[in-house]
Amino acid sequence: MRRVLFPALLLVLAACASDPADPATEADTDSTAAAVAAPDVEVDVQPAADTERIVTLGGPVTETVYALGMGDRVVGADQSSLFPADVMEKPRLNYFRQTSAEGVLSLEPTLVLASDGAGPPGVLDQIRAAGVEVRTTPEVESVSAAEVRVRMIAAVIGRDVQADSVLAAMQASLAEADAAKPETSPRALFVYARGAGTVMVAGTGTSAEAVLKLAGAENAVSEFEDFQPLTAEALITAAPDVIVIPERGLESLGGVDGLLLQPGVAETPAGQNRRVVAVDDALLLGFGPRLGEGVRALAEGLNG
Amino acid sequence: MTEAALASSPPSALTPPPVETARAELEAAAQRRRRAVVLVLGGLGAALGAGMLASVAVGAVALSPGEVLTIFADRLGISLPWAVTAQQEAVLLNIRLPRVLLGVVVGAGLAVGGAVLQGLFRNPLADPGLVGVSSGAALGAAISIVLGASVAVSATELLGPATVAGSAFVFGLGTTVLVYRIATRMGRTSVTTMLLAGIAVNALCGAAVGSLILFADDGQLRNLTFWTLGSLGGATWSSFAVAVPLVGSVLVAAPWLARALDAMLLGEAEARHLGVNTQRVKQISVGLAALAVAAATAVSGLIGFVGLVAPHLVRLTLGPGHRALLPGAALCGATLLVLADLAARTLLAPAEIPIGILTALIGGPFFLWLLVRNRVM
Repeated sequence: MRRVLFPALLLVLAACASDPADPATEADTDSTAAAVAAPDVEVDVQPAADTERIVTLGGPVTETVYALGMGDRVVGADQSSLFPADVMEKPRLNYFRQTSAEGVLSLEPTLVLASDGAGPPGVLDQIRAAGVEVRTTPEVESVSAAEVRVRMIAAVIGRDVQADSVLAAMQASLAEADAAKPETSPRALFVYARGAGTVMVAGTGTSAEAVLKLAGAENAVSEFEDFQPLTAEALITAAPDVIVIPERGLESLGGVDGLLLQPGVAETPAGQNRRVVAVDDALLLGFGPRLGEGVRALAEGLNG
Repeated sequence: MTEAALASSPPSALTPPPVETARAELEAAAQRRRRAVVLVLGGLGAALGAGMLASVAVGAVALSPGEVLTIFADRLGISLPWAVTAQQEAVLLNIRLPRVLLGVVVGAGLAVGGAVLQGLFRNPLADPGLVGVSSGAALGAAISIVLGASVAVSATELLGPATVAGSAFVFGLGTTVLVYRIATRMGRTSVTTMLLAGIAVNALCGAAVGSLILFADDGQLRNLTFWTLGSLGGATWSSFAVAVPLVGSVLVAAPWLARALDAMLLGEAEARHLGVNTQRVKQISVGLAALAVAAATAVSGLIGFVGLVAPHLVRLTLGPGHRALLPGAALCGATLLVLADLAARTLLAPAEIPIGILTALIGGPFFLWLLVRNRVM
């Protein structure tokens, strides 16, 4: 049943290698190809010995376990796990990069499913040393790698069949997103904000850029990589037709009016036409099972 | 009126008391002081012991005192009637115990470092950050966290998870050496220049950390932020084994400085006239303080307040004499940190609170209370 398909592993490796051009090109050319290929994605992962009590560290990991119908096995999750609402009722552990070994162990898990970024260093080993199985999954930034991750988690918790429907649903909404794409690609600027002092924009090679391309937009920024602080001049140079911003970020700035008060924003085409699309960043940037929904919402927002 | 006052006062007030009485009074005072020192140090030692016991026994994973005893006794080859699981044993021996012991070492190191520098600078506001140890360590950690994957690949492979700690330690010490060198001219170190150079170098380190933050991705940024909040959560037997000899040697060596630091309190010139080699004292004091604080910071991140407050708490009760102050500060710092970590681990269990918040939360009000109680009208 569990065939080893090297392409799948290569995709994981490619996602880990963080070549700036990679996720973007993959995301924008492969969305339909991946949709066809996905059911064949198989990963070489052994199932966990005991999935009775699961602790999840990392939002997308938690979402995936819930999407695979194993939410009732989750006995605790980290601070970045905000969805579904049910997980908020479970014991809350530290943010996954600052995990406390004893805190995790106090929940008596039989399996700890962690995102690769979980830390600090040594903590996962401490948990293993206490006799608890720990599995890590890569942090992904492309559709194909996201699909591989769903397969990996499903294989660990023994839900291969459910993974088929999760992936099918994801592809269906990605296909809908593809249909809802604007006819001509608008130049979109992805703004990440946590209050007026901390406004960053997404450069090339970011997961935000990959998402913009999936939703049929072009990143207005091509001069720099990663997230960079927003400057008025850079903003005017980028001249975005539309600004895409996480909902919570928009709230922290005081809504669209607050965003327009940021230096330079009002002078851009997006600012003049008040074209701002608020998105749920938990839906998009983690590349979790709800990625398709998020992309569809963004594509509709870009079109509307 | 003056004459009348003089006439009415008893003659004994004017004539000096016999020499024997004065000596007896002095000796009685010295004895009272010795007794107070023994009492306070004993009290602090007892508090530390109690704090450590409580910390070992209490945590997110529930362990009864009987189970704790059983696990320890089992190590000594004695079997007790309580049944314990392998997991409980692992939690106690591999997670909780090294953490508590590391807390003792880090707390003592920070406090003694602070006490030595406060004595050297004759400034109650001196804390280890002043000579650049903390900001240097922060820069080292930032370099390792942000650039670690690309620049220092070989170092990362060599040290593994200890890369951040190693880098923080080296940069913490290096920054202090730099500050010391800047303040030293023709074999003489100006304490004032050292203070000012420390401020300038701190600013430079801050700028360097700032530019690294600019290049950091989201994950690196979070790691760095958590590092600057401090935590004993990464405690392992190996980090304890690295910190113990470094901090321990400082704890052993510092009391030799006590007399010289007492003399320095009078002023540098006065200390020289008393026969103190002030240049050597400065060199050794800065070196010891930097060693202790760099080692403590490397294994726990930035934990503020302990180095500033612990020596003060002891000074307010025992006075400024360094012979009692140095061991007192070590005990007080260790107790403060162990208790703060106990609170950090348990208040929000299974989540944790960054310990830096708690050291300030516990130390701050207590310090203020002591200040208000002792203020001179």
